[in-house]
Amino acid sequence: MSAEPARAPLAPGGRWTRRTFLATTLGAGGALIAGCTRPSREIPGEIVGASAVRGHRLRSGGFPPAEAIQRCAVVIVGGGIAGLAAARSLRQQGIEDFLLVELEDQTGGNSASGRNPTSAYPWGAHYVTLPTADAHEVIGLYEELGLITGRDPAGRPVYLESALVMDPAERLFVHGRWQDGLLPKTGASDAELKEFASFASVIGAFKNARGTDGRRAFTIPVDRSSRDERFLALDRLSMAEWMQANGWNSPPLRWYVNYACRDDFGGTIDQVSAWAGLHYFAARDGAAANAESEVVLTWPEGNGWLAHRLREPLGDRIHAASLAWEVDATDGGVRADVFDFVSGRSLRIEAHAAIVCVPRFVARRIVAPLRAKGEAPLEYGPWVVANITVRHFPSGPGAPPAWDSVFQDSPSLGYVNATHQTFARGIRPTVLTWYQALCDGPVLAERAKALERTHGDWCELILADLRRVHEDIDSLVERIDVCVWGHGMIRPVPGSMWSGRREQMAVPIGGIHFAHSDLSGISIFEEAFTRGTLAGAAVAEEIRRNRPS
Amino acid sequence: MTDRALRLLLLASVFVIATCGLIYELIAGTLASYLLGDSITQFSTVIGVYLFAMGIGSWLSGYVERNLLGVFVQIELFIGLIGGSSAALLFLLFGQVGSFRALLYGLVLLIGTLVGIEIPLLLRILKDRLAFKDLVAQVFTFDYIGALLASLLFPLVLVPHLGLVRSAFLFGMMNAAVGLLTLQLLRAQIGWAAGHRAVGVIILSILGAGFGTSDRILAWSESGNYPDPVIHARSTAYQRIILTRSADDLRLYLNGNLQFSQRDEYRYHEALIHPGLARVPHRRRVLMLGGGDGLGVREILRYPDVQEVTLVELDPAMTQLFSTQEMLVALNEGALSSPRVKVVNQDAFTWLKEQSAKFDFIIADFPDPSNFSVGKLYTTAFYHEVRRVLAPGGAIVVQSTSPYVARRSFWCVVKTLEAAGFVTEPYHLYVPSFGEWGYVLASLEPIGPVADLPPGLRYLDASTLSALFQFPPDMSIVPAEVNRLNNQILVRTFEEEWKRYVR
Repeated sequence: MSAEPARAPLAPGGRWTRRTFLATTLGAGGALIAGCTRPSREIPGEIVGASAVRGHRLRSGGFPPAEAIQRCAVVIVGGGIAGLAAARSLRQQGIEDFLLVELEDQTGGNSASGRNPTSAYPWGAHYVTLPTADAHEVIGLYEELGLITGRDPAGRPVYLESALVMDPAERLFVHGRWQDGLLPKTGASDAELKEFASFASVIGAFKNARGTDGRRAFTIPVDRSSRDERFLALDRLSMAEWMQANGWNSPPLRWYVNYACRDDFGGTIDQVSAWAGLHYFAARDGAAANAESEVVLTWPEGNGWLAHRLREPLGDRIHAASLAWEVDATDGGVRADVFDFVSGRSLRIEAHAAIVCVPRFVARRIVAPLRAKGEAPLEYGPWVVANITVRHFPSGPGAPPAWDSVFQDSPSLGYVNATHQTFARGIRPTVLTWYQALCDGPVLAERAKALERTHGDWCELILADLRRVHEDIDSLVERIDVCVWGHGMIRPVPGSMWSGRREQMAVPIGGIHFAHSDLSGISIFEEAFTRGTLAGAAVAEEIRRNRPS
Repeated sequence: MTDRALRLLLLASVFVIATCGLIYELIAGTLASYLLGDSITQFSTVIGVYLFAMGIGSWLSGYVERNLLGVFVQIELFIGLIGGSSAALLFLLFGQVGSFRALLYGLVLLIGTLVGIEIPLLLRILKDRLAFKDLVAQVFTFDYIGALLASLLFPLVLVPHLGLVRSAFLFGMMNAAVGLLTLQLLRAQIGWAAGHRAVGVIILSILGAGFGTSDRILAWSESGNYPDPVIHARSTAYQRIILTRSADDLRLYLNGNLQFSQRDEYRYHEALIHPGLARVPHRRRVLMLGGGDGLGVREILRYPDVQEVTLVELDPAMTQLFSTQEMLVALNEGALSSPRVKVVNQDAFTWLKEQSAKFDFIIADFPDPSNFSVGKLYTTAFYHEVRRVLAPGGAIVVQSTSPYVARRSFWCVVKTLEAAGFVTEPYHLYVPSFGEWGYVLASLEPIGPVADLPPGLRYLDASTLSALFQFPPDMSIVPAEVNRLNNQILVRTFEEEWKRYVR
């Protein structure tokens, strides 16, 4: 009980005033001075993840020949979401006799996560959106996991409240203050606000648009979107070109759309296809009985929570720390030669079928028939993710701490608070998961630069970024762990979505099936999960058909 | 040094000593009425004890046989240290010690005794240098002039400009300076001069540091934000706890928000507990979430059939304060030390998730939903957890802010409880220090009519009880949304409504 309210949690909107201008410039000056005089210290932490070193063994080759043979019905290559979904799908079809080969020590792929005494935290993807009505497979999973607890009379799913992102979800640091939400309205002019409104109304129209085939213009999974040429033509433009064509040039809107492209696709507004960019804004219309459609599902460990649930029933069918270096079709089915990094030995797995759930740039090297074909390479954006343990949440003026904090004048994507989805109150330590898509220069150069940086280099870069918004960050940091994703995610460059290439890549070769979000052109949980599920079902069907009865 | 110079020095000491002595007495008396209220009693008893202690000191001075000057210097330094830090000690230890009165009178006794030794010692030091009639005349003249100066300085200069804590440090430094000066001028006649000097310098620097940092140590700067003098302030990991006191009113503020006023808290707490608990037929196990002041628990303990009360209070500093500080213990009637009460210091939501045993009556007495982390304790997700541990036939009650000031917020709580599957009975009453205040009684099935109220209530009886459930048109139901973790609509509404009101 109390008779007086606390301070206003909401940032005021309004115009760019002299005061906000002064606050910004003085703030920047202060940060500059702080940057010059700050004493350097070594911050504990490490660069985690073994995939680069292990994966690069594929280049040198020279794996020992297999010493033993293991037989099973299906071999799954790759334990990201697609592989885990394929395993679940096989089990649903009554096939329990499979093996899953994973390069890392843990499955999860881009949904990997970690944990320290302060909190669990994500190493990659950290949320899923409410599924669209087209995402049957995903809805089935969420029902099974108890994330969907029922339906309201209108048939809309009721979501587990504690998994929905708690309010306040997002805030943006703009002109020296935190504001509610990511659309940079603070200090925007009337003309700029009008542009936001005009953009929103075009997106609203795309959300409801259907093609001549009756399908939604944009939906998840992407392959259930309309093939109406009116929409597919957008894939030939970059998002920047499409914005230009609409006459939208204002810096705040351009920043916002560019941020969305960097955040979701690891590429800038100039690098990403307009179809993909619009898909981000228009596809997500998932309805819920107890939430608005833009609310997302999240956990302290991000999508690691989903990955863990998928892994739980698989037990010792997972061969972790193992690299499938050769997958080929045989007379009776398939074989996979697998190198175990722990024992230093190779094993041959013979199976009726294989489901290859690795990124295409790996599949091209390990699947013999693909290697022979010599496919053109796809473009992958490198990423860096850091988990920063702090003594308590850093302070700042304006809107209160949110789940996701973004800074407008920064190459980074901001950070997510790993303990946002908990009920603990008071001053307490937390983990901030900081993201940056390395999309400033050519992919190869960015990747090489990222892999060269030391832990100290990364700490310096990350802290410099955080100092833009938190003067007190240096005194709060206890530890920084860094993960460099050399091939973070497929980049949906113009022409990549609807050139026909994705469909070709998905076609099975003999008993070798393919499932990965690369085949969808965008790297999201739902795509990987749906492809894994469908591939599992197709393989189960094939086995049933070929079984002598 | 000439005899005349020595005489003047010692008489000047009498003057300073007399001023300091009275200042300590005034500080102790003022602090006692500040912290304990009832200024007539406090001043009267402090002065009495102080004068009595001076008598003890005078008597003790008869046991000093040799080295009169050395003992005088030691006494000066010691009074400087104890008297100078007395106000800071009393403030800092107010919330920490079991019996504040024992500490207060102990300090008064010690200072009075030391002050009582001073004058007789000085008289003996000067006795060979002046005729007896002149000696007595001059010493007491300076003594009484010093007292006059102190009694004028104290209310006109010291309290308004320096405050109690700094005034005490200042006069402590003067006492210590008298000791050091005497030592300096008469070092030939005093043994172990270097040692005395070192001790004196240490004491002087302790007092100087106290004087310089007393603002920061005590952070009384916020006193201006409260209507009454702040008597205790503490920052914990969760909140800032402030106790204020005026002549007959003790108030608790958390983060600047009033939690109770001693004058009318019985209204709030009787209304929080009895309308629900008196109607629950099997009330063996009661769960109190929030309410670490123990005032709600005091009301629960009026029911002899309640066997076990579990109090879940986030901040251990709150339950510690309200189970040890004697004035607060008197207020909650020692509720937190009752063998029927179990205190848990944990976040209510986190704790609740781990419980499986059921409770017959559950009280959610949280701070108002003025920020997003407290707002979580007013969501459907939270009420589902409460529901899980509610015994069949049981009920819950939720403090729900003011239905007059924050009308939509109040009905939002009602709506949220209903969305979580509860049948609700909203009610309200007038608490003078808060204004109109609201509660929501909720149960899974309608609960029976009121059984007898426990004896000893000051506000509730059969007629006031039935009036609680009547809402006049300016507080009656308005459309409201359901408060969920993912919209926190209540925090936003509450903010808006209170901002309009306090503007």
